[in-house]
Amino acid sequence: MVAYAFILPWVIGFILFVGGPIVASFVLSFFRWKMIAPPRFYGLTHYINMVTTDELFRTSIWVTFKFVLISVPIGQVLALILALLLNQRIWFLGYWRSAFYLPAVVSGVAGSVIWVWMYHVELGIVNNGLALLGIEGRNWLFDKELVLGSLIVKSLWNIGIPMVIYLAALQGMPQQLYEAADIDGAGEVPKFLSITLPMLSPAIFFNVVMGIIAAVQTFAEPYVMTGGGPDNATLFLGLHLYQNAFHYLKMGYASAMAWIMFLLIFGLTVFQFGLAGRWVYYEGGAR
Amino acid sequence: MVVGNEAVPTGEGLHGEAYTRPSRLRTLLLGNRFQTGLVRLIVIYALLIFSAFLFLLPFYWMVNTALKPPNQVFTLPPTWIPKPVMWSNFLTAFTIQYETDPPVYNYALNTAIVTVNGVVSTIFSSALVAYAFARLEFPGKNVIFLGILSTLMIPFAVVMVPQFIIWRYLNWLDTLWPLMIPHWFGSAWNIFLLRQFFMTIPREYDEAAYLDGASRWNIFIRIILPLSKPALAAVAVFAFVFFWNDFLGPLIILSTPENFTLTLFLANFNVAYRGTPWHLYMAAALIIILPCLILFFFSQNAFLKGITVTDLKG
Repeated sequence: MVAYAFILPWVIGFILFVGGPIVASFVLSFFRWKMIAPPRFYGLTHYINMVTTDELFRTSIWVTFKFVLISVPIGQVLALILALLLNQRIWFLGYWRSAFYLPAVVSGVAGSVIWVWMYHVELGIVNNGLALLGIEGRNWLFDKELVLGSLIVKSLWNIGIPMVIYLAALQGMPQQLYEAADIDGAGEVPKFLSITLPMLSPAIFFNVVMGIIAAVQTFAEPYVMTGGGPDNATLFLGLHLYQNAFHYLKMGYASAMAWIMFLLIFGLTVFQFGLAGRWVYYEGGAR
Repeated sequence: MVVGNEAVPTGEGLHGEAYTRPSRLRTLLLGNRFQTGLVRLIVIYALLIFSAFLFLLPFYWMVNTALKPPNQVFTLPPTWIPKPVMWSNFLTAFTIQYETDPPVYNYALNTAIVTVNGVVSTIFSSALVAYAFARLEFPGKNVIFLGILSTLMIPFAVVMVPQFIIWRYLNWLDTLWPLMIPHWFGSAWNIFLLRQFFMTIPREYDEAAYLDGASRWNIFIRIILPLSKPALAAVAVFAFVFFWNDFLGPLIILSTPENFTLTLFLANFNVAYRGTPWHLYMAAALIIILPCLILFFFSQNAFLKGITVTDLKG
C-alpha cells in the first residue's frame, strides 16, 4: 500500500495529463470542432481529407520524412566520428568535448536565431566565409531547393548528446579484445569493424531511436527560421499541426494529425526494433 | 613506454645505427601498436581543430555581432572583430522597451519562475516514483513501469490539444500555471534515470534502517536522496536546460507579452522591433543562452553523468 502512495503522483499526472488526453485526442480526431460550436461527429473524414484534399499535409509528411531520413543518419555518423576522435589519447579532452557539446545547451529558439544570422544572404558569415574562398554565396533560407538542407546542417550542430553517449561507450570498451586483436596482427579497419562497431551497437541503436523521436517532432527551427517557407519547403508536420490547431482552431483535425505523427514515430521505432535483432549485439547474451 | 627500443635489436656491433634509425623514424611517424605516431597525431589534431572551429563558429558570429556598434553590422565585407567593443549593447538589449511591451527582465522573471518550479518539481516527483520502482514490491509493478517508458514515444502533439482544452476550461490560459503544475507528477525519462541509479545503491543501507523501524518515507528522504546527489544533480541540470529553453509549451499557453518567457520574446524579437537590429538581437540571444552556458561550465560532470547513467548494455 505504501508503494502506491509513492507512485500516486505519477498515476494522477498520467490520468490528467497523459492517459486522459491520449483518449481525448483519439476521440477528438473523429470530430469536427473549432471551439465555437459544439463538436460534430465527423467519422473518418479527417483522415480521408489528409490523403485527398489537404495537399499541405502530404507536403508536411514528405518534408518531415526527408528531414528524419537525412539528418538522423548523418548526425549519428558525425557524432560517432567526433567520439572516436575524442577517444584517442589527446590533450585537453575536456575542452574539446565541451566545444562539441556546447550547442546542445542552446535553446532551439536561440540556436535558430543565431543560424538565421549565419545564413543571412549579404551579412551572414556563411556567404562571407565562402566569398573569402572565392565561392559565390546562396540564399540559404529563401531558396526552396536549399532550405531543408540548411536546416539539416543546423541540426548537425546539436549532436552533443549522442556524441557523449558514444564516447562513454567507447571508454567502457574492454581493452582485452583489442589486445587480443593486436596479437593476431589485426589492422585498424578490421578492429573497428569487428570489435568497435558491434560493441557500440546498443549505443547506436539507442541514439538512432531517440534521434528519430526528436526529429519527427521538429518544431522550433522551422517556426523561427523559415515559418515553413519558402513555398512550404520546410512545412514540418509539427508546424502544420500547430497552425491547424492554434491559428485555424481546427482541434479535431490537429488531433488526427497528431495521431499520424505518433504512428510515424511508432512505425519507425518498431522498424528499428525489428532490425535490431540482426545487428545489435548485447554483451552477455541476446535480449 | 618506448616499445620501439625493445622491438629493435640493440646489437650496435652487428647493425649499428643504420639499422635502428629508419625503424625509430617509422615508429615516430606512424607509431606502433602502443604509441600514437606523429602523422596520426597531426591528423587527429587537424580534424579536432577543424571540427571545433565549425562548432564554435556560430558562437563567434553571435558574440562578434553582439559587440558591434550598430553602423558596423551592415558594412560589407563584415568586420571580423568589433571595434570599438560595444558592451553597452547588452544593457540596451536588456532594458530596451518597444512601445507598450514589458521590459526584457520581465520575460526573464517569468522564465526564472517556470524554470525553478520545473527543476524542483521534476526532481522531487520523479525521485518519489523512481524510489517505488527501485525498492518496493507491488502488484502490477512491471506493467506500470513499461507503461511509463512507453509514454516516451508519445509526441507532445498528441496530448497538446486536450491539455490546452483543460487549461481553457480552468481559465488558466495566458497564466504560468499550465507551465508549472503538470511537472509535479513525475517525468518518464527522469523516473527511469533515477530508478536506474537507485538500483545501484546497496540494499543493506535501507534494510538496516527498516529493521530499526524507519518508515519508507524516512528511508527515502534520509538515505536514498542523500546518497543520490550526483544523479539528482544530473536530473536538475537537464531539467534546468529543458525548462529554460522550452518553447512550444509557452507558445500555445501564453498570449500577452506581460506573461511571455524569454524564448517567446526572442522568437518575436524582429516582429516587436519592426525590422531587425541584429546587434541587439544577438546580444539578447547571448544573454538568454548565458545561464545555460555557465551552468554547463560549472557542472560538466553532472551533464555527462546524466547522459551516461543509464546502462545501455541491456
